[in-house]
Amino acid sequence: MTATDSAVRDGRRAGKGSDRTPRRRRVAQHRWLPYLLLAPAIIFELLVHVIPMLTGIGISFLKLNQFFLRNWLEAPFAGLSNYHYAIDVNGSIGKALIWSFVVTIGFTILVVGISWVLGMFAAVMLQRSFRGRALLRTIFLIPYALPVYAGVIVWKFMLSRDNGMVNHLLAQLHITDGHTFWLIGNNAFASIVVVAVWRLWPFALLTLMAGMQSLPTDVYEAAAVDGAGMWQQFRKLTLPMLRGINQVLILVLFLWTFNDFNVPYTLFSASIPKSADLISIHVYQSSFQNFNFGLGSAMSVLLLLFLLVVTGVYLLFTSRRSRRA
Amino acid sequence: MRKRILGVVALSAVLVAGAGGLTACGSSDSGSDSKTITYWASNQGSSIQNDKDVLGPELKKFTKQTGIKVKLQVIGWNDLLNKITTATTSGQGPDVVNIGNTWSASLQATGAFVDFDKSHMDTIGGQDKFLATSMSSTGAAGKTPTSVPLYGLSYGLFYNKKMFADAGIKNPPSSWQELVTDAKKLTKPGGKQYGITLAGASYTENAHFAFIFGQQQGGNFFDKSGKPTFDTPQNVKAVQQYTDLISKDKVATPASAEHTTTNDAVEDFTSGKAAMLLGQNNTNTGIEANGMKASDYAVAPIPMLSPLPAGGKKINSHVAGINIAAFKGGNETGAMKFIKFMTSAKEQVILDKAFNALPVTSEAAKDPAFQTPENKMFVDVLANTAAPMPMITDESQFETTVGNAMKDLIAQAATGKSVSAADVKKSLGDAQQKMQSGG
Repeated sequence: MTATDSAVRDGRRAGKGSDRTPRRRRVAQHRWLPYLLLAPAIIFELLVHVIPMLTGIGISFLKLNQFFLRNWLEAPFAGLSNYHYAIDVNGSIGKALIWSFVVTIGFTILVVGISWVLGMFAAVMLQRSFRGRALLRTIFLIPYALPVYAGVIVWKFMLSRDNGMVNHLLAQLHITDGHTFWLIGNNAFASIVVVAVWRLWPFALLTLMAGMQSLPTDVYEAAAVDGAGMWQQFRKLTLPMLRGINQVLILVLFLWTFNDFNVPYTLFSASIPKSADLISIHVYQSSFQNFNFGLGSAMSVLLLLFLLVVTGVYLLFTSRRSRRA
Repeated sequence: MRKRILGVVALSAVLVAGAGGLTACGSSDSGSDSKTITYWASNQGSSIQNDKDVLGPELKKFTKQTGIKVKLQVIGWNDLLNKITTATTSGQGPDVVNIGNTWSASLQATGAFVDFDKSHMDTIGGQDKFLATSMSSTGAAGKTPTSVPLYGLSYGLFYNKKMFADAGIKNPPSSWQELVTDAKKLTKPGGKQYGITLAGASYTENAHFAFIFGQQQGGNFFDKSGKPTFDTPQNVKAVQQYTDLISKDKVATPASAEHTTTNDAVEDFTSGKAAMLLGQNNTNTGIEANGMKASDYAVAPIPMLSPLPAGGKKINSHVAGINIAAFKGGNETGAMKFIKFMTSAKEQVILDKAFNALPVTSEAAKDPAFQTPENKMFVDVLANTAAPMPMITDESQFETTVGNAMKDLIAQAATGKSVSAADVKKSLGDAQQKMQSGG
């Protein structure tokens, strides 16, 4: 919005003093040019996001099973029954969805929190120049550069009970007897958190490192002269100056983690343990494994609404705060 | 302020939608013309590479004979149904696809596959060339089949001869009770050796055993009108019969709960961690690929309950196997030529030998390669004590819901919690409710 405003202002300023006709033409150009430039983005946005989203909303009102898979427009109208099944806490479907939702919220908070703290810590540490800094940076970014499948499948091997490296290591260190299950039962939750953090935190690091590059050094020097220690510099300078970046970063990490499908699917394949029953896989199972695409879509729509509210509140809250600041 | 709120709402909508709250189905590769066909083969051998190695020369032979090129993709069992479903929705499937024969009726209902009516049957050599048992799993009864058999399979009990001898067991178990007793003898303290290994995290395997033991217990997972009856006392007993191996009797390797395929379980068997393994006849491909010699193990029919409870049937396998089908709208002529080629007696002998499958045509079944005692045992099971999985449209949902419920029960048992009849009943009840809301 700001960019457009300033463009308009510049346009006006440039128009000043010139004669009427070219100015009008220029104004006419100015009126259409932004739309023209936006058109490809809008068309792709429609194709990639809006139309599939509307289709999904439409499907959530249909009784869409394997009989109508090929001509899904002919599927019978289901009214609100899919939504009823999804939120009916007395039924097994509603109960399972609530459970999955709670698991996903816990998972998201942990993964985003840990990834952010790790990313922040490493970014601050990597600010100072020392020998091997470039190497360390590269190593830290490897998980993000690796294809998801390749990275997570290695974790799957490492976490397997009998031949996995994790159990072997824990037994060597006398922490466990080496027979712990990591991929089934309650530990599966811890496993998925660890793997998701491993995958996500380099992105936080990358973003924060980029953000820190732009911070003025003289402020830090002045603070150091005034006797501010590292922690004080971090709290009073770095954090406030990175606020804008952090706002976007945390929101993006939240949305990615909440909807993450690749990591859990690769780690557990399609049938995920109950303790790690993440919502993306849950919706997938309802749709693709049980051939209940209507119900799956209804669940998706409910989640969309939830995320919309959370994101809206977050943006409203943070934008107010940053205006005040 | 209102403008700002509007902006915030719009931005959040775009961000959330972009994060993938709702996703459309991705399209699959097709792009075939009259001179090319795309073929999705299921993973039959010890690995996907092994499948490619076996099929490669045969596909070249087909190209030489017909001039039609085959683009091959081998797909693991955990992904196959999902990929077929996606292809069905998008209309962008391959020309020819392998399917688990138990899914025949479910996939028939989608209308995505070419009907094998009289003319198509005649093109591929007529229905009579196939064995009757194999033809019983090609679609709902009374309807035109939408797939034909490709590989025949049935279940058996693989056992380690040396371990049996060491434990003083002379013969393979002849009843389920005896299997449990033997498995206890073969289980050594300290977790070094167990009686048996399972693929407890494989929903398809789990569902097969629920069905097989359900038949023995006198249960059915669907009534005559096709309505699910998952949590009957007989079915609860059947599921518990299987899960008890881990929970109550503690004779199965705990790692069984993590095994997502039989190939994972095979490793327990070949490394000497487990003395027995329930598997289909093609399991020996994996066993021998893992370095165990054919002389080190033997096969027997999966033992039955003795005596069978009231209403119990003498069933120790489902009519297992792989079918081949053609997607509508692709290169149908090429597809039919290819299916004819793959089900010809000559190719059947080559492929069944390579994949340790049973022939599905009567001519190929006569080949001396399939007259070994082991093969005869599997053929006998398939012909006499195997029943087709319910050939109804909800079959694949039955496999996913019941199979996944069992996976959770097995995980529960492996992590040290007991699995009571009430737990099983509740799980099966939940599975049934999940399935019903879709139909």
